[in-house]
Amino acid sequence: MPMSAEKRLERGSLNWFLTGMRGVLSLPAIILMTSYIGFSAFALQAGLTRTEAVAMTLGIWALPAQMILVGSMIGGANIATSFLAVTLSSIRMMPMVASIVPEMRTSKTPVWLLLFLSHFIAITSWVFASTRLRDVPREHRVAFFAGFGITLTSTCALIVGVSYGIVSQFPPIVAGALFMLTPVYFISSIWASAKQFVVKIAFLIGIVLGPTLALVVPQFDVLLAGIGGGTVAYLIDRYRRHRQRTVEEGA
Amino acid sequence: MLEEYWTYVLIVVAGFVATDFWRWLGVLAGNRLNEESEALNWVRAVATALVMAVTAKLIVFPTGVLADSPLWLRLAAAGIGFCVFLATGKKVAVGVIVPIAILVAGLFLLEG
Repeated sequence: MPMSAEKRLERGSLNWFLTGMRGVLSLPAIILMTSYIGFSAFALQAGLTRTEAVAMTLGIWALPAQMILVGSMIGGANIATSFLAVTLSSIRMMPMVASIVPEMRTSKTPVWLLLFLSHFIAITSWVFASTRLRDVPREHRVAFFAGFGITLTSTCALIVGVSYGIVSQFPPIVAGALFMLTPVYFISSIWASAKQFVVKIAFLIGIVLGPTLALVVPQFDVLLAGIGGGTVAYLIDRYRRHRQRTVEEGA
Repeated sequence: MLEEYWTYVLIVVAGFVATDFWRWLGVLAGNRLNEESEALNWVRAVATALVMAVTAKLIVFPTGVLADSPLWLRLAAAGIGFCVFLATGKKVAVGVIVPIAILVAGLFLLEG
């Protein structure tokens, strides 16, 4: 009996990897693929070669950072300026990764594996992980995420390579609808999966602060909205929990 | 020759390292957090607020073709769509289809 249990566990991990892979056929993954068709067209216009566009997708794997790097290359910025512009837009990766890691690992997961897998965390896979990981048995979560993340990154890199020079532009209304898919998908899927009260407050504060701060401090809007808005959301939630406890104890 | 390799140096240094540095810090920080911990609650709130700030900016300040569409149409599409989504049992498909339908209808009407 113990042997068959072990066997089941082994086969389980491969199964979960494959289940994760199948995630590239989900709506958010397909939306992201269309965005990468757009990136490929942008890279071509900017004068990047096909290989450079693919290398950038595999190496950076964050669409905003890729757009910024291409933009600063067009502008002829030096390497230090480009580094600064890209790294400022990528600071958001730190809390995103940090919030996924405790849910994804077990006590035995090696750090090098987490460091490797963190490369595949970007906004789409963050939403995917934070909405789906909880339904996967803990010991299979790393395999599940690896299946999804690695497949999604490779597929998008492939799409960049294949669509390079072929798709120059979508018709305007189609392009508009495709662009709008990303935000409305994030809004409904993050809200639908928000179990904790703190996530819902952070959601609302982030939506309001993002565009508002963009007008006030355009360089640091997202970072400030995240750290400031997230901290306020956390404090509101803590105050609420504290009051609930006091009421319960009083009753 | 050097020119050719220079783009790849840029991609590695100003792209890969500039981005993955933060991912690695995220792993090191997240690895110290317990799933039940108070600190993780805060990190989760920060990550959510951050992602939603990016999301809202996509609607309010879009790039490309949507940049020419009226802001009220994009806000109406997202706002009404979200209300319908909340009212009909929070199905993600509803939350995606309704705002896109409103946006496309609006773009058509404005064009014609």
